[in-house]
Amino acid sequence: MVTPVLDRPPAGAAPSPLRPKPKRDSPRDWRWSHRLAFAAAWGCGLALCAVAAAIVGYMGYRGLQYLDLGLLTSRPEASLKQDEAGGILDPVLGTLLLTVLGIGIATPLGVVSAVWLVEYGKPRALARAVESGIEVVAGTPDIVIAIFGLAIFQQSIFAPLSFTASGGGVFGRSFLAAGTMMSLIALPLIFGATREGLLAVGALTREASWALGKTRICTVREVLLPQVRPNIATGAALGMGRIVGDTAIVVVLLGATLQIEPQDGIPGIGLLRGTGSTLTSYVYGASPAGEGNAPQKAYAAAFVLLLIVLLLNAAVDAIARRSSRKAS
Amino acid sequence: MEDTRDLGPADPFLDRSVPSLAPPVRRLRPDRRPVPVPVKPEDDPLIPVRDAAAGPERMRVENLTIRYGGEAAVKDVSLSIHQGQVLALIGPSGCGKTTLLRTLNRLTETTTSATREGDVLLDGEEIEQISVTALRRRIAMVFQQPNPFPMSIFDNVAYAIRVQNAKRPGRREIEHQVVDALRRAGLHDELAGDLDRPALRLSGGQQQRLCIARAIATKPEVLLMDEPCSALDPKSSAIIEDLIAELRRELAVVIVTHNLAQAHRVADKVAFMYLGDLVEYGDVDQVFGAPRAQRTRDYVEGAFG
Repeated sequence: MVTPVLDRPPAGAAPSPLRPKPKRDSPRDWRWSHRLAFAAAWGCGLALCAVAAAIVGYMGYRGLQYLDLGLLTSRPEASLKQDEAGGILDPVLGTLLLTVLGIGIATPLGVVSAVWLVEYGKPRALARAVESGIEVVAGTPDIVIAIFGLAIFQQSIFAPLSFTASGGGVFGRSFLAAGTMMSLIALPLIFGATREGLLAVGALTREASWALGKTRICTVREVLLPQVRPNIATGAALGMGRIVGDTAIVVVLLGATLQIEPQDGIPGIGLLRGTGSTLTSYVYGASPAGEGNAPQKAYAAAFVLLLIVLLLNAAVDAIARRSSRKAS
Repeated sequence: MEDTRDLGPADPFLDRSVPSLAPPVRRLRPDRRPVPVPVKPEDDPLIPVRDAAAGPERMRVENLTIRYGGEAAVKDVSLSIHQGQVLALIGPSGCGKTTLLRTLNRLTETTTSATREGDVLLDGEEIEQISVTALRRRIAMVFQQPNPFPMSIFDNVAYAIRVQNAKRPGRREIEHQVVDALRRAGLHDELAGDLDRPALRLSGGQQQRLCIARAIATKPEVLLMDEPCSALDPKSSAIIEDLIAELRRELAVVIVTHNLAQAHRVADKVAFMYLGDLVEYGDVDQVFGAPRAQRTRDYVEGAFG
């Protein structure tokens, strides 16, 4: 026997207007301490956003005032008159080249050492030494890394990496030298991000692969690395930010010459052996707060620097997403 | 804790002093005592004949002891695994079922503290003498949690098919193998031809069947299943059980389960383990209907566990 359900509206009908609104969880019902913490969380988040927006907004406002195509496409010249001092082409190219070099060296090193540490990690003592070594590098100030790098690259064994004076003295300053030491700045970030990613992959996934008759290294290549690709990208993006923003290594190890000055020889190699500058050293050189007297150019260069960082981050993100789209 | 070893003589399989009625087997290791042969169902009037169509012996475990550090997780276990049969390992938590299962495809080796004594033979060959990658393609495994890789369905199965260090076959070359594995796992028709979906978007039961497809894609001789239904709903479990009944025609299945009703439904042979000891090993109807050891009787009646 079917009992009719009386107090339920037919399916699809609008709910009765007399029905009270469903109760929602509202901060008004919370304890005051929870409300305070909730407000503080919102407040901190909004304040950070406001600070970031203020910096970007101010730099955009000042930068766009002075930025034009001529500034971007002309090379800087040494001149006392501002309208003859040229643009920022060389620093922009120097920034891009140095970043690509630094990340290009740091990414394989960081990923491989993280894979070794998490997937093999034997002997334990060596693994601990590697881990704390990388922590030490992460904690070293960039000026120390720069001077240390100069001391290394001025050794005659590293002469092919830079310019050698007629007396046989090795200059020790070049894109290669600066890029190598820059990689040390990005390495701990890439290493840390990859390690966290690998640790987050469950033991089940590894065992599933081993149980299919795959070796450890095959599991790393085919299963684990594709899964941690977003982590590697995050580490690389953070590392890029550090490299792009670093000045000490540029000044000490890249020479901070106004123009990119390739060495003679094979064109590409000569460029890498040569000196140059980046936007950070340019901003320092042009800003009245630093050594120069061209605030307009400093603002424009700083804005371009910001754009480059954003673009590089977007590019890394796109690369990371490209092949992990299938996964989920 | 009461010592369970004194229960041994109650079980003729475990008691090595009782002369076997079965014909003598070939001695595999002359320096060892021969492995006791289980009483054949037709020789024992107490055991009803359930499935006389058991195939040839695939695996044989002889006096196997596994230790983690100093502690033995599996103690002196001997049993054999036949093609065309399902062997269920039952027992309370922590009794060594999973360790025993993982030893069969050498997964316990990945735990550094684990040591092994005794022999495990696959088709008469000691498994340590077979390269581990080849062995695991012949002894496949399905885990407790469905664990497909975060790739497409096709790539999950294709990953299993590709041989280590061999030239990577093209999609077209292995497509029929992938489809065949999915069909044998009863998943192909539900997918409606769309094999490029991410595997993680399937339901739990479908994911587990994908894992089975992945495991049987290399045409293994033995399929190990570690509580394959414990994370699934009853309907998915029933589908997997039907699948096991289907798969045992072509391979030997070893299944660890906590679900006694499931063991009763799917198994031909049952091994009851307790604190690392193999307490009882025999046909399913004998173990559930007329257990020889008191502890087995208590367990199957639900007295502890």
